[in-house]
Amino acid sequence: MHMPDGYINLATSAGAAVVAAGGVAISLRNSGKELAERQVPLAGLTAAYVFAVQMLNFPIAAGTSGHLLGGALAAILLGPTLGALVVTVVVVMQALLFADGGVSALGLNVLNMALVTAVVGWLVFRWLMKVLPARTSSAVVSSMVAAAVSVVASATAFVIEYSLGGQGGVAVRTVLQAMVGVHALIGLGEGLITALTVGTVLAVRPDLVKGAADLPLVTDRTAPSRATTVTFVVGGLVAALVLVFVLAPIASSAPDGLEKVALDMGFSEAATDHPVGGPLADYGVSGVDSERAGTVLAGTIGVAATFAIGLAIATLLRRRRAT
Amino acid sequence: MSGSHAHALHYHGHSPVHHLPAEIKLVGLLVFVLSVVSTRPTAIWAFSGYALILMIALGLSEVPARFFITRMAIDLPFVLFALLIPFVGVEPKIAIGPFAISEPGLLSAWNILVKATLGAGASVMLAATTEVPDLLRGLQRLKVPVVLVAIASFMIRYLDVVAGEFRRTRVAMAARGHNPRTVFDAKPLAVAGGALFIRSYERGERVHQAMLARGYDGTWPSSGNERIAAKTWIVGLTPALFAVIVAIAARLL
Amino acid sequence: MIGLKVTDLSFHYPDRTQALNGINFQIEPGERVGLLGPNGAGKTTLLLHLNGLLRAAEGTIQVGDLTLSDEVLSEVRRMVGFVFQDPDDQLFMATVAEDVAFGPANFGFGQAEVDRRVESALAAVGESDLAPRAPHHLSGGERRKVAIATVLSTDSALLVLDEPTSNLDPAGRRELVNLLASLPATLLVVSHDLPFVLELCPRSLIIDQGRIVADGETRQLMLDRELLAKHRLELPYGFDPANIADR
Repeated sequence: MHMPDGYINLATSAGAAVVAAGGVAISLRNSGKELAERQVPLAGLTAAYVFAVQMLNFPIAAGTSGHLLGGALAAILLGPTLGALVVTVVVVMQALLFADGGVSALGLNVLNMALVTAVVGWLVFRWLMKVLPARTSSAVVSSMVAAAVSVVASATAFVIEYSLGGQGGVAVRTVLQAMVGVHALIGLGEGLITALTVGTVLAVRPDLVKGAADLPLVTDRTAPSRATTVTFVVGGLVAALVLVFVLAPIASSAPDGLEKVALDMGFSEAATDHPVGGPLADYGVSGVDSERAGTVLAGTIGVAATFAIGLAIATLLRRRRAT
Repeated sequence: MSGSHAHALHYHGHSPVHHLPAEIKLVGLLVFVLSVVSTRPTAIWAFSGYALILMIALGLSEVPARFFITRMAIDLPFVLFALLIPFVGVEPKIAIGPFAISEPGLLSAWNILVKATLGAGASVMLAATTEVPDLLRGLQRLKVPVVLVAIASFMIRYLDVVAGEFRRTRVAMAARGHNPRTVFDAKPLAVAGGALFIRSYERGERVHQAMLARGYDGTWPSSGNERIAAKTWIVGLTPALFAVIVAIAARLL
Repeated sequence: MIGLKVTDLSFHYPDRTQALNGINFQIEPGERVGLLGPNGAGKTTLLLHLNGLLRAAEGTIQVGDLTLSDEVLSEVRRMVGFVFQDPDDQLFMATVAEDVAFGPANFGFGQAEVDRRVESALAAVGESDLAPRAPHHLSGGERRKVAIATVLSTDSALLVLDEPTSNLDPAGRRELVNLLASLPATLLVVSHDLPFVLELCPRSLIIDQGRIVADGETRQLMLDRELLAKHRLELPYGFDPANIADR
């Protein structure tokens, strides 16, 4: 998720850096007074927490693992401005101290992983809490959805950035489909972890969940059981598959729009793709006549390939760690 | 104490690169990386130029090559992603063996690979030759808002403490038979994560008390105002300067 | 060296029952006093009042010549050196030198003066070499001594220490005792380490359920097994205060 140098061209990277700097400046201004008083050490400790949790790989299945982004979680716990700043610090320090993420991509990475996730996570959480009954279980469910949506939003931001400044070679459509599949799964994990973490904090120190601080929540005594976890996971998988099989083909008109914008603006070097009925060469699936099937296949290949790569990496790393 | 996470990429030394002020290295890193990213992938000779500059800097820094290369392995997942691109790329395609390889995809993969690697190499150079407190001071002197630098300072200071607490919790969980294999086992980890957040937060409150006890009134100590000689800047930015020359040449030629 | 006078101090946490119920005691300049009591008795709560980190609804605290109030808060915090139970909470800067400099810098000393104070404080605890090191690389004993250096650099005249010997190995503990005994400051020490308190503090207070329940010569208190048992205190196996000569 930490983009290296070279994915996105200079102009788009610079533009993202400007937007990210603006977002950070706004966050700083809005949290100025609190930060000056209590919150600097709290923000630092939370940043250490996010960093430490990000270092942990949580298992997905059969040896693959993913790791938490944390933007939505930070926003729900600390509020959107402080949450965004905390994850910004984490992302920047990861780039400078760990070479995790390219320096030219800092603006993009801060934007996608800190600002977009924190803002979207917060907004979705608050909106859901308005419509759901005021119980702690609502907060748990809301944080799960908020975190999952934040991941999808982050991926969408990447696709937009890629359509503007990607170095060509792959159709935006293909990128979108691959991203949707992968991030639906990542979002599932993020949602699960976020929900359980928020639930734990609510149970012990509800005053520490800023997103719910002004809401009088009734405590449910039901702790998340294994059955609940199974429901979350299965439901999430179904949702992910729905996204791949139903939405991706529908969304194929959207990347046309993005590509058109990109072409008009002169940024994209992508080969001129034609919509319905045009050549299917860019899907890399020859001999498949139906465009819908080709789209779905491409998306599934994207997901499967990612899984396979992730599995290979995880196995490699596990063997290294075991020695 | 076990190895510090925050120093994972640091290689202790006394080379001229180590002694260079952090703000110069930060600016140099940025200029170098921007030069690399701005270069079109077909100017292959330019990337040799960039690699040469990096190798010279590596030599001057007395950081062992093996250390350098292993630390760049964080690049690995993206290398693998990039290798996939030629297989799903756009027309025109050429045949290599049984595969239909996309030409633009191949170029794109090369573009990503070479730039990501050079960028990672430059970042590792910075991390390896700069102590963390110096890095933070450098950022502060480059006018990064002091609040952000302060948060980063606390983050780095307490990363080992928090990670250590998390690790001990997981060891205790493993000792009681919890062996996470599937996502269904993630629940206890997440619950432990929630407890860890609370403990971290409460520690943050205690740290704040300790700060107040020593007279903290909301203002952060300044980073000192030693002036760095212009000569040091020029010497320190020489690699970056060469990178800019290569970039301009690649545009013109 | 300054004295401390606490009069009718009472305090309630908003959500918990732990409170201070009318604490009264006085410490003369230069005295070394131990504060004993079971867990939950209010020891740490009491300490946090002495430099205004907690503010009581009732009672007064007099530190030296100053009565604790908002106006003199900064000066009181300079006079009272608080050594927290966990050195990790107290050493929050990137290097030891910056931590020891934090107090003097906040209290308005110039850079040269701050540097001088850092040097002499680290020398006083015998750890001058640690100045450029990062706190999370230090051993437990080193952290404890650096934590003490952070309050020495401000010339604190009243040192308040919360469980200073916890997590120290015997040699580290010995170094700490020698160090504290050599300091020309008034000491108030919270500790479960009874031999440590007996060695260092001629006088002790016992606090339980927010009240001072005993105040007298440490040796006398420790010889009173009933008193100790009543407040969940107990001497270490084989330890007989009657056999210990005065220091």
